[in-house]
Amino acid sequence: MLYTILIYGDPAAIPADFDQDAARTAWMSLTQEMGEAGVLRGGEALEPTDTATTLRERDGELVSTDGPFAETKEILGGFYLIDVDDLDAALSWAARMPNIGYASIEVRPVMPTH
Amino acid sequence: MDDALERVARQEGGAILAGLARRFRGDLERAEEALQEAYAVAATTWPRDGVPANPAAWLTTTAQRRALDRVRREQVHAARMLELAALQERLGAQEDDAVEPDPCSIDDDRLALIFTCCHPALAPDVRIALTVKSLGGLSVAQVARLFFVSEAAMARRLVRARRKIAVAGIPFRVPPDALLPERLGGVLRVVYLIYTEGHASADGDALQRPELCVEALRLARLLARLMPDDPEVLGLLALLLLTEARRPGRLDDDGRALTLQEQDRSRWDGEAIAEGRALLEAAMRRRRPGPYQLQAAIAALHAAAPDFAATDWAQIVALYGALLRLHPTAAVRVNHAVAVGFCRGPEAGLALLEKVGGGAGVALLAARAGLLARACRLPEADTAYAEAIAVSANAAQRAELSSLRAAAQGGWTI
Repeated sequence: MLYTILIYGDPAAIPADFDQDAARTAWMSLTQEMGEAGVLRGGEALEPTDTATTLRERDGELVSTDGPFAETKEILGGFYLIDVDDLDAALSWAARMPNIGYASIEVRPVMPTH
Repeated sequence: MDDALERVARQEGGAILAGLARRFRGDLERAEEALQEAYAVAATTWPRDGVPANPAAWLTTTAQRRALDRVRREQVHAARMLELAALQERLGAQEDDAVEPDPCSIDDDRLALIFTCCHPALAPDVRIALTVKSLGGLSVAQVARLFFVSEAAMARRLVRARRKIAVAGIPFRVPPDALLPERLGGVLRVVYLIYTEGHASADGDALQRPELCVEALRLARLLARLMPDDPEVLGLLALLLLTEARRPGRLDDDGRALTLQEQDRSRWDGEAIAEGRALLEAAMRRRRPGPYQLQAAIAALHAAAPDFAATDWAQIVALYGALLRLHPTAAVRVNHAVAVGFCRGPEAGLALLEKVGGGAGVALLAARAGLLARACRLPEADTAYAEAIAVSANAAQRAELSSLRAAAQGGWTI
């Protein structure tokens, strides 16, 4: 089954002793491990929400807004797409996200297309 | 539902559902739907043609056929066609005769069903309702009554839960070894919560809902039969038996709740006490203590005392101390303080209670009031009882606290 692992974090909640290099290494080695386990189907880290543009069409008029779809404390910072047997397997990968100590990791099944 | 059908549903409904769920690859929604249809067929044919020789096998076969019919009716989708082919293949061998199910695989299926219903990806109240519904062979209306919600609300909760199991891919299985300790803890907790919900209902007017206690005991017995080597599984059954044994003494003839001190111990169920103690001994021989065994040991000490004065408070305090190291919850700390109050005097208990802080609600306030009364600090006890009564959401519990308050005041005026 395909699952997305959605990584939500509050930029203000990043610990004071945050080590950028150690974090990058941790994410890279986890991604590599997912690849070696044959479960990785995709995934990216996203730029902060102040770079986002949100579009809505209302009453036939296209309106664009500078910023995310909603102002929330926890923002989507990145995602993985994985292919595993069941929710237990998806959750065990999700539990290994390096920022799980201060972020929220949401696991959602992907809707089958067939 | 007629009597014969209701009896089969109660006794074997859980096992039938578990078997269907396995055949439908863990799709509990489809399994439940098919079983309900089989019940509907039985409700018309059994009174007319008589109850089949093997009712469970008959229901299983009928449910499978109904599920197959349903898939055939839905065959617009290509995916459904694949499903149909797979279903047909699986059912091919058993189109005609009701197959006698293999008792070993029934046990495995039921265990898998329990673990699925208690999966941590479901909300705690959903786990409880789904477990009672799926394993207990009850109708939605019966489960709704047990939890004081409308039938429609309960139906929505159950449908949503089964949907999530199917769509989110919650596996239908006993978890592998790496996950088992944590998941088993979750299952035991669900069974324990079903019991406590029945033993001292947190809301509503009834102090006890014995039907829920009966359901919890059935589940604990089933688990003990399926996992006889796990000491905490045995510990939980022992705890429920030892607690349940005292239930006949909990209320007086007018339905008023009695404290442990006031209870007529000759009304306690000696057989259940003996069974609980034997189970506890078997569990403790494995030398892997855990919270349920410790609580069962405390309950066993209460059950062993011929009267309240003979209670072995020193041992009970020691057991609560061990429990606190494993499980430092507010409820355990309150009970520990009460036990210390009986062992070393109410002031010692009160001193411990001061350190518990918030989070224990009525239990903490009631314990404080009781200790204050025993310390002869009666005006303070009176205020504490009033606070506990104000916080309690249960009418029967409020009545119990009011009578304790009146008794304490009586002592004061004399």
